[in-house]
Amino acid sequence: MIEVKNLTKKFNGFTAVDNVSFSVEKGEIFAFLGPNGAGKTTTIRMLTTLLKPTSGLIKINGFEISKKQDEVRKSFGIIFQDPSLDDELTAYENMEFHGVIYGVPKKLRRERIEDLLKFVELWDRKDELVKRFSGGMKRRLEVARGLIHHPKLLFLDEPTLGLDPQTRNHIWNYIKGLNEKEGMTIFFTTHYLAEAEKAAQKIAIIDHGKIISQGTLQELKEKTKTDSLEEAFLSLTGTTLRDEEAGTLDHMRMHHRLRR
Amino acid sequence: MNAIYILWLRQLKRHFRSRARMIGSLGQPLLFLVALGFGFGPIYQRAGGGNYIQFLAPGIIAMSILFTAVFTGMEIIWDRQFGFLKETLVAPVSRFHIMAGKTLGGATVATLQGIIVFFLSMLAGFRPEYIVMLPLAFLFMFFISLLFTALGISIASLLEDMQAFPLIMNFIIMPLFFLSGALFPLQGLPKAIGVVASVNPLSYGVDGLRGTLVNGASFGLHVDFMVLGIITAILILIGSYLFSKIEV
Repeated sequence: MIEVKNLTKKFNGFTAVDNVSFSVEKGEIFAFLGPNGAGKTTTIRMLTTLLKPTSGLIKINGFEISKKQDEVRKSFGIIFQDPSLDDELTAYENMEFHGVIYGVPKKLRRERIEDLLKFVELWDRKDELVKRFSGGMKRRLEVARGLIHHPKLLFLDEPTLGLDPQTRNHIWNYIKGLNEKEGMTIFFTTHYLAEAEKAAQKIAIIDHGKIISQGTLQELKEKTKTDSLEEAFLSLTGTTLRDEEAGTLDHMRMHHRLRR
Repeated sequence: MNAIYILWLRQLKRHFRSRARMIGSLGQPLLFLVALGFGFGPIYQRAGGGNYIQFLAPGIIAMSILFTAVFTGMEIIWDRQFGFLKETLVAPVSRFHIMAGKTLGGATVATLQGIIVFFLSMLAGFRPEYIVMLPLAFLFMFFISLLFTALGISIASLLEDMQAFPLIMNFIIMPLFFLSGALFPLQGLPKAIGVVASVNPLSYGVDGLRGTLVNGASFGLHVDFMVLGIITAILILIGSYLFSKIEV
């Protein structure tokens, strides 16, 4: 489903992603883990056609990304790490917009929007402008929106960030259901390692732009001689704290997120 | 097709939902119309130009369209800052369709704005000469709107944030307006200003409006129509190209 070979991205001399290669099989749940600033989101931006790689090859659903952008976009869905809602529209309008641009037929669209809004408990506030929502509500809406069309491949960039354990659990059950019922391939990042431990069939750990280890949970634990993913993660990436590289835009977004 | 429609609808909802924005964008044309119209009216009359409001109103309509169109085009910058742009850019819709939806949306908003200013100017004493020509005048408004929305989108595709906005305002939008014949006749001007005005696309928009509303075109309606059409097509192509290169 995803094939990445020697992927590299440089920003004015700074190498964010450094010669990364991995592949994700169809129907697999794949966790992409790493400390802040390791290159996770940059990699996802390249995989989802938002950013052009400096070098390397990406194939999604058999299509080479540099040549068949439109086919690639038809194959995947994504729930972004940072906000991506239109604040001036209502919750329902945001859902409807997504359903329409993803070409979900009207009847199915209406059904799924209702189901999903009920699922994230926003149905009775569907006609309110999103700018009046709290951070958690916006996040739930984003998750619901990302699930309206059922893509072959779903990217989740820290989907459960800022949500309470009940909601996280609830959302993961839904995603796993999609994976089992529809064979949807899931590619996700998270800082909640317990989530990765429970859901992921395969795990890759990235740090300083390089993949430092990949395999099944069992393989990672054996390789590092540890008992849990958390310990394995710390033994691979060390215990120092990281800063995230951010441009003015990211600062803006950060600011925006903090305020909401 | 549906994607273009939903993008178009979004532009309209965003514009007409914000009452502050609506009123704010009507304040400026109204001020220009009243202050300049009544301020310069007597001098214009004495110089043998006739009724200045009749002359000025098409220019002010064009001005309000210019501003609204460029701003709605530049809304992409906000979409980028608040993250919504990503949502549209990863969708399985070609960039050309996204650009088309946004351009049509922005152009519709700007045209409606122009029509509102047209009615406001009637309150200030403006009277169109031929009612039958009104549909043609509205068509001209739509063309001006398309052209400048495409310009706004092209500019916005090159910018990361709003910091360059004053630059755009003072070096592109204001000169386009002041050197277009919106405020004064283009005949008998110093050579340099005349040349600038004749390469300014807004001049042809203003002229077209003046031609259809008060029968005062100096280039001729055919020329206005051709020039606007060609420049609009070129700007839409440039805009689509720049928009397709956006990275978020």
